[in-house]
Amino acid sequence: MSTRSIVPFGPQHPVLPEPIHLDLVLEDEKVVEAVPSIGFVHRGLEQLVEKRDFQTYVYVAERICGICSFMHGMSYCEAVEKIMDIELPARAKYLRTIWCEMSRIHSHLLWLGLLADAFGFESLFMQSWRIRETILDMFEESTGGRIIFSVNKIGGQRRDMENSMLRGFLTKLDQVEEQVKSITEAFLNDHAVNTRLRGVGILTKEQAYGLGAVGPFMRASGIEFDMRMRGYDAYKDLDFRPVTSTECDSYARCKVRIGEIFQAIDLIRQAVDKIPEGDIAVPVKGFPNGEAFVRVEQPRGEALYYVCGGGKKFLERFRVRTPTFANLPGLLQTLKGCQLADVPILILTIDPCISCTER
Amino acid sequence: MKVSKSPWMLHYDGSSCNGCDIEVLACTMPRFDVERFGVINTGNPKHADILMITGGINAQNRPVVEQIYSQMPSPKVVVAVGICACNGGVFKDCYNILGGVDTVLPVDIYVPGCAARPEAIIDGVVKAVALLDEKRKTMREDKKEEGQ
Amino acid sequence: MTDGEIREIELEALPAEALKLKNSGYRLIQMCVNRRIGQDFQLTYSFGIGLDCVHLRMLVHPEDEVMSISSIYEPAFLYENEMQDLFGIHISMISLDYHGNLYRLDKKTPYRPSEEKES
Repeated sequence: MSTRSIVPFGPQHPVLPEPIHLDLVLEDEKVVEAVPSIGFVHRGLEQLVEKRDFQTYVYVAERICGICSFMHGMSYCEAVEKIMDIELPARAKYLRTIWCEMSRIHSHLLWLGLLADAFGFESLFMQSWRIRETILDMFEESTGGRIIFSVNKIGGQRRDMENSMLRGFLTKLDQVEEQVKSITEAFLNDHAVNTRLRGVGILTKEQAYGLGAVGPFMRASGIEFDMRMRGYDAYKDLDFRPVTSTECDSYARCKVRIGEIFQAIDLIRQAVDKIPEGDIAVPVKGFPNGEAFVRVEQPRGEALYYVCGGGKKFLERFRVRTPTFANLPGLLQTLKGCQLADVPILILTIDPCISCTER
Repeated sequence: MKVSKSPWMLHYDGSSCNGCDIEVLACTMPRFDVERFGVINTGNPKHADILMITGGINAQNRPVVEQIYSQMPSPKVVVAVGICACNGGVFKDCYNILGGVDTVLPVDIYVPGCAARPEAIIDGVVKAVALLDEKRKTMREDKKEEGQ
Repeated sequence: MTDGEIREIELEALPAEALKLKNSGYRLIQMCVNRRIGQDFQLTYSFGIGLDCVHLRMLVHPEDEVMSISSIYEPAFLYENEMQDLFGIHISMISLDYHGNLYRLDKKTPYRPSEEKES
C-alpha cells in the first residue's frame, strides 16, 4: 500500500492564467482524486441587476468574461428581447452571427496558444497568438475595442459593418486560414506534441454525457451536438455540421477546436455572402415582464441564461450557467488516474474560463 | 548593475473578467513585446520584481495577494492593471468585491482602461522599470545611513 | 415564451421526477434559484435531451430540507453547493458537501436579507 498525499494546486500557478484551486490526492505520482475549490474570482455580478437597470446591465453582462464577452452581452440581450417579444432585423442577426464566429476563432486560437505553453512549446504559443492578433484587429476595426466591444444593445446592434469592410475581412480570413493550417501541422502531427496529448485524459462518450460535459470537450468524446443547431440568429440559414472526434483524449479536444476554427471561418464566409441590407436595430419601449431561458453555443460550449423581470426598470433575477461550470465534473473525472505532470494539460483541455464560472 | 536592465514580472489575476489578463499576456507576445525592455514573465513570486495585478480584491484572494507580495524580494513595484484593479470598476458594487488592489497593497502604478490596452500596459511597465531603479537607490541610501 | 417546457412539481416529488428523466436519457443542464415568491424560494432544475429541454420547478420554504439529486445526476453536487452558499438553502445528502465553503464568502448567503438570517 503506497502512501497517499495531498498536493494543493493553485490558485497562483505558472500555467494558470486564472486562479483555480485543486486539492489533488496522490498515490505516489498518480492522482486518485481531485477536489476543486473555487471562488477566487467570485464577484457576485448576478446580484448587480438590482443596482443597474436592464439596459445598462448589458455592459455588466459583457464583463462576465473578457474572452467571450461578445456572446455574453448578446445572449443577455436575446433573453430580454425574448421576454419583450422583440424581433430583430435580419441584418442585426447576421452581424451577431459574424461577431460570434470571430469570437470563436479568437478564443480557440488563444486556447491553442495556452495549450502549447502548457506543454512547453513556446514558439507555437507565440505563433498562435500572433494569428489571433489579426482577428483582434478585425474586432477593433468593426467595434472599436479589442476585448470588450459594447456593440450589443437590447433590440439590435450599435454599429453596422459596411459591406466593403466585410469583404476586407474575407481577405484577412483567407490569410488566417493559411496560417492556421501551418500551425495545425505542428499541433496534430508533431511527434513531441503527440506524445503529450495522445491517450491523456480519456473521457468516454458515456461519461461525457453522464457528467453533463458541453462544447468541444463533449464533442471530442464523440457526441455530435451543438447548440447552434437550434438555429438562433442567422445559424438557421447557414450550413454546418458539428465537428466531432471519437478519440476521447486531449488530442481529440485539440483536433476538434482546430476543426472549429476552420468551420467558423467557413460560417463567416457564408454569412457575408447572405447578409441582407436593412436596419440594425429596432426601438425598445417599456420594461421586461416575464421570464426567459436562452441557450447559446459559446466557444467553450453551451451556456444558459435566465432572465426574470417584473415589469420594472430593474430585473428581478439574472442567472447564467457557463460552460466551464458544466465541464468541471468531467475535468475531475479525467484527472482521476492521471500523472501529476499531466495535470496542467488536463486542466487546460476543458478550456477553463474561471471568471465565467464564478461570475 | 541596474535592476531595471532585466526586471521580471509576475502576473496575478485578482478577480478580473479575463480581459486584462489576456492583454497582459498579449503584451509578452511578439507583436507588443514587453520583453524588449528586458521584462520576462515568471510564475515564481521569489523571482519577480514587478507584480501586475488585474481585477479587484475579494475576501478569497486577499490572503493570496498579500502572500505573493510578501514573497517578492525588495525593491518591488506593484502595477494595478485595468480599472477593476484600480478601484473595483464595474464590479465596485458587487457584494464580494472589497475594492481596488490598493485596499491591501501599496500600488505604485495605475493602468486605466476596460480592458486596459496593450499600449497602456506597456506604458505602465516602462514606468515600473524606472521606478525600480529609484526604489533601489533609496534602499541603498537608507542602508548607508544605517551604517553610519 | 421560454425555451423548453416548465413543469411545476412538489418538493417531495423531486427525486422521483429526476430519476424518471434520467432513465429517459436526459442530461442535467443546470440548477438554480430563480427568485423569491413571498417567503419561498423558487427553484428551477433544467434537463435536456437533444435540442429540447425541460425545467422542473418547485417552491421551497427557507427552512425546508431539499433532497439532493447528486446520487442520480453526479454533476449536481456543484450546483447544490452553490445554492447552499449563495441562498442558504438546506440540501441534504450531497455527494460532496462543502458545507458552505465552495465559494468561501466573507458575507455568507448574500442573496438572503441579513435580518432573516438571524431569526
